[in-house]
Amino acid sequence: MQVLKQLLFALSMATLMGGTAHAAADQKAGAATAALLKSTADHSKFKELQRPFQSGPEVTKACLTCHTEAAKQVHQTQHWKWEYVNPGTGQTLGKRHVINNFCTSVSSNYKACASCHIGYGMEDGSKFDFASQENVDCLVCHDATGKYKKPSGFAGNPVTKDTEFPPGSGKIIRGIDLQAIAQKVGKTRRETCGACHFYGGGGDAVKHGDLDSSLEQPDKALDVHMDAEGNNFTCATCHKTDGHQVPGSRYAPTAMDKGGAHMRGKADSSNPATCQACHGQAPHGMAKLNDHTDKVACQTCHIPAFARGDMPTKMSWDWSTAGKRDAKGKPLVITNDDGHITYNGIKGDFVLEENVRPEYMWFNGSVKYTLLGDDIDKSRQPIAINTFEGGPDDGKSMIWPVKVFRGKQPFDPVNRSLVVAHLAGEDDTAYWKNMDWQKAITAGMATVGKPYSGKVDFIETVAMWPITHMVAPKEKALACTECHARGGRLDKIEGIYIPGRGGNRIVDTVGWLAAAALLAGVLVHGLIRFVNRKH
Amino acid sequence: MGRVYIFTRFERLWHWIQAVLIIGMLITGFEIHGSYHLLGFEQAHRVHTTAVWAFIGLWVFAMFWHLTTGEWRQYIPTMKNIDKIVRFYAVGIFKGEPHPFKPTRERKHNPMQAQTYLGVTVVVTPLIWLSGLAYLFYNELGAAGFRVDLGTIATVHTVGAFLMLAFLIGHIYLGTTGHTPMAHFRAMVTGWDDDH
Repeated sequence: MQVLKQLLFALSMATLMGGTAHAAADQKAGAATAALLKSTADHSKFKELQRPFQSGPEVTKACLTCHTEAAKQVHQTQHWKWEYVNPGTGQTLGKRHVINNFCTSVSSNYKACASCHIGYGMEDGSKFDFASQENVDCLVCHDATGKYKKPSGFAGNPVTKDTEFPPGSGKIIRGIDLQAIAQKVGKTRRETCGACHFYGGGGDAVKHGDLDSSLEQPDKALDVHMDAEGNNFTCATCHKTDGHQVPGSRYAPTAMDKGGAHMRGKADSSNPATCQACHGQAPHGMAKLNDHTDKVACQTCHIPAFARGDMPTKMSWDWSTAGKRDAKGKPLVITNDDGHITYNGIKGDFVLEENVRPEYMWFNGSVKYTLLGDDIDKSRQPIAINTFEGGPDDGKSMIWPVKVFRGKQPFDPVNRSLVVAHLAGEDDTAYWKNMDWQKAITAGMATVGKPYSGKVDFIETVAMWPITHMVAPKEKALACTECHARGGRLDKIEGIYIPGRGGNRIVDTVGWLAAAALLAGVLVHGLIRFVNRKH
Repeated sequence: MGRVYIFTRFERLWHWIQAVLIIGMLITGFEIHGSYHLLGFEQAHRVHTTAVWAFIGLWVFAMFWHLTTGEWRQYIPTMKNIDKIVRFYAVGIFKGEPHPFKPTRERKHNPMQAQTYLGVTVVVTPLIWLSGLAYLFYNELGAAGFRVDLGTIATVHTVGAFLMLAFLIGHIYLGTTGHTPMAHFRAMVTGWDDDH
């Protein structure tokens, strides 16, 4: 018996080890497959790129020798134009035109802001040559080395030689090697898109709340699609780009997608970045959950909170308290326990939050902006920087999660208008240099050719940011009770009946009273019987 | 003194399964309605809809049974002697008077009882069933072109639930009014009605 056992053990061990050796061989074969170059071109072998580059446009010219139509494609994008005319509202929007309640406007701050322009040298949006092909920046999206940088203050140009900036500050910006970068270009990555989109509003996580650097290497809990160990989506997996036209923009979002999942080979002009473009209209195994998809945006349940990647997002910004200096006369800076700035003399007070529960509202995809020159009535503050339109009955609206960003920013009480403040720059009028609102607004309004009365006041404003990234794994989606309850997440949503949120008050009152009266009646009846019992 | 076999095995089974399902649906239904928290909305909803399908299945059998056995005739309403029944529950019961109605195989229910069961069957139950199915298949109804307000459906369903609750309170209490408080319950379990 003992011998038999030993024999069996030896046999099973041999099988196991044989299996392991086999698996190792498989792995080796797998590695060989992974090493297969997906691109048909090794850019380091191109003669055009085997030379030093002094500037961005020089690189672009080299790119264009093969990719002859690329710049013309980019010219048609919002990334390039920074302008979007909303066909629904007729408003001219885009970065060149809107006023927000972060740094308010790019108009007088191009040298800083244009570091996120997909071009070179946009020092002034009204004078920039939008027909220039060589000023298209290929590398900012196609850099595969992670070394390409467009520092603030250079109007979107990379720095190729070590440069002291600001001049006289003693701080050196290291020059980057454009040749090495150009020879290694590739597809866009989370990091390339993120270089701008994770840092909107002037810093990591500041603006969107659902986009920050934690999405460079997210885990599954943070983003089920981008999970670096799992699905590993890039931005372009959903924002499926064709001819450099990137779909999905918050200026005209797709609030409701009634179409089915896109199919390979089948032409489909609808937005490929929606959830439905992959998941269709009935993604849940449980029929009752699918019943929600006509009114509730997927994001509402599947993004239980934003700013979940340990990066706090800015929830409010009060410019009216800016201007304080410390004992040394430098702008006062106050940080919280986590080291994040909550007050800065050149910017004012901030409120930062992590794991933020969104607010919810009906949204039909139409966004109306308050633009420079629009009449502002202070008695009606907070002024909506933008308004999400829609309601329960228009047949086009869904309930969406939203980051509501509250601000208090300068405005002109005489001309009743929001203002452009000149913030960034090395000149005397920049607020971040001299902390003088008069100079900053005078200079800012001059750049857009709008009148400024000379009086400055501060006004409360509110801006809407749709929440659509950081989709959680399904186990982390909202439980029913989050909304199906009194005081739940959708407590303020009007126009629909939500079971569990409270029914018809009269029916409830009369019903419970009648039940109680009946119960009391039978108890009294029974009590009399008990008292009168014969034995 | 007599002993009558009044409730057949199927009838008793039907009654008690139905009792469990109705009480279960009342408890979970009012939770879904938002009246209190017990199981949590999701679990309450799951139990409620599962019970619904069990209930519908049970009723298919019950209707078949009533039609094939002719037992549906038990519920034909009559006003004959109803005054005596009402008087008994209002006065006689406190004096220890005997119940004026003697159940038989042919007529199991006193007139008041028969009328109540009929009312529950033809008014309350359809009210709950129709509104409940509309509630469950609200999206399918909408897709088929019947745009009904969910709030209205829910309100009708709630009214039905309160009526059922009222019936349940009365029904359980009247169950204690046999010759002993447990007599009727025993009959509903064994099928035999002991008549003193």
